[in-house]
Order: sequence, then structure tokens, then C-alpha cells
Amino acid sequence: MSLNDPISIVPAFGEAIGMSVHGMEGARLTVKVPYAEHLVGDPDTGVIHGGVITAALDNASGWAIRVGEDWQEGMGMATLDLRIDYMKPATPQVDLLVTAECFKATKTIAFVRAVAYHESPDDPVATSIASFMKGTPNEPRS
Amino acid sequence: MEILKQLRDEGRAEDMQALMDHIPYARFMDIRVDRKGNELTTLLPFKDMLIGNPVLPALHGGVIGTFLELTSVIQLLYNTQCERLPKTVDISIDYLRPGRPVETYGRAVVTRQGRRVANVRAEIWQDEINKPIAASHGHFLLTPV
Repeated sequence: MSLNDPISIVPAFGEAIGMSVHGMEGARLTVKVPYAEHLVGDPDTGVIHGGVITAALDNASGWAIRVGEDWQEGMGMATLDLRIDYMKPATPQVDLLVTAECFKATKTIAFVRAVAYHESPDDPVATSIASFMKGTPNEPRS
Repeated sequence: MEILKQLRDEGRAEDMQALMDHIPYARFMDIRVDRKGNELTTLLPFKDMLIGNPVLPALHGGVIGTFLELTSVIQLLYNTQCERLPKTVDISIDYLRPGRPVETYGRAVVTRQGRRVANVRAEIWQDEINKPIAASHGHFLLTPV
């Protein structure tokens, strides 16, 4: 991936949770969040917090739109809604992977499915469905 | 969660900040809890690391989601006598306005509390309470004492 790729810049909060692009296969984009103590949601079990998974699902979903064919440089985008189902607790000490795929995009709206897992997307920690508005303003408000 | 029992034993069952601080991820995000009477408000002070869109700039969708979820959970812990942290079954988030780089506030309402599952709605806002930047509703599994 070159520096000009729309997904080469990890946002500040992505960096804060240690997220990085793990790979791409066709329209599917995968990010990785390494296990870390500051991400823990329940100190009794060491399981990472659902909010970490939310952040990775949201970010991967947005990026899955950006790597699509009809994406234009500098286009703005905003999450309209994000619904997450938590299937099982994440495993402590193990890195989290999130794979996202934009399965339908119109001129204005994009629909994205994503799954969070450790070993295989067939054994999910969480799944999400999100819709995004494309072409929203992307410059600082005056 | 030991802390819940410990706080009850110490007569500090309503010290929601102590509970919040017990969650490493909440501490990392620096989420505060303000209690006036029986009304809880969560606070998320702005920090550069919370940014998701550096151009606008705007808060990360994951920050907004986390803040809604923790606002819901802390209200649920306040309303119920839980033994452990409630487990999120699902949460549905509506992003209503861009989260500007300022302090954010949150409140949650437990719309229904069953024996095993609770439904919680939450809203977060910045300058104006009647202009929420995001709202959520979620289901949480409870473990009653």
C-alpha cells in the first residue's frame, strides 16, 4: 500500500488502541488490534472492552468503503448508524482481527458488514452492520 | 467483580467514579462520572487521541460508541445490584452530528430491567443537551446478586 492510499493514515484514536491494517483481499479489508492492558474492560477476566471492538469495527467499515472502486480522493464520509452484536467474549492476550466488506454502495449511502474474531471469521467475537453517508463535508467548519 | 462487593462493604456502593476507574479502558479514555442526587452524568474530556477524522476534526466513531456503552453500563450498575459487570449483548448506535473536539456529556435511561436482560438508551451531547451528537440503545445481560 502506498502513502497515497486512503487508508494509509491511521486516525489518532486508531493509533491509541494500536490498530493497523492487516491485509486486503478483494473488497475485504482486515485490521488488527494487538492485545494490550489499557484496552481491558473487565479486570477480573482480562477481556478487552466492547468499545475497543466498536472502534475497530467502525474504522474497518469506513476503510472498506474507501478502498472501493468508486471512491474519490478527498470525499467526505460519516457513519449514520452502527449495530453490533457481541457473540462471545474476546480471548485475553490474543490479538483481535476485524474484517469488513462494503456489500452495497449507492451514490450517497454505503452499507458495510464487518466481523471481529481471533482465528476465523466463522467463529466471531462480534459482528456489525453499518451504513455510511458518502459525500459529507470534509473541511474544517468556519 | 470484586470491586462491586468491596464498595458495598465500604458503604460506597454509589461511588460510580471508583467503579469507572476500575475499568482500565475507561481510565485510558478518562471517562468521569458526576452524580447529583440520583442523576448520573458521564463526562468525556477532549484529548487529541480521541480524534477519528483529523480534517474536520471529529471524534472517532469508536470513541462515541464506547462512551455511549459505558454511560449505559454505569447507569445500569447504579440502578441494579449487580455482582459482575453487565455484558453487552448488542448495541445500536445512531450518529447524529459530528463530535467536535470539545468535552462531551452523556446520560442513560434503563427503559426496561428484566431479571436477566436490561434495555438501556443513552444520549451524548456537547454544548446543548437538546442537540445530541449520538444516541444508542442496547441490551445487557445482568448477573443479579
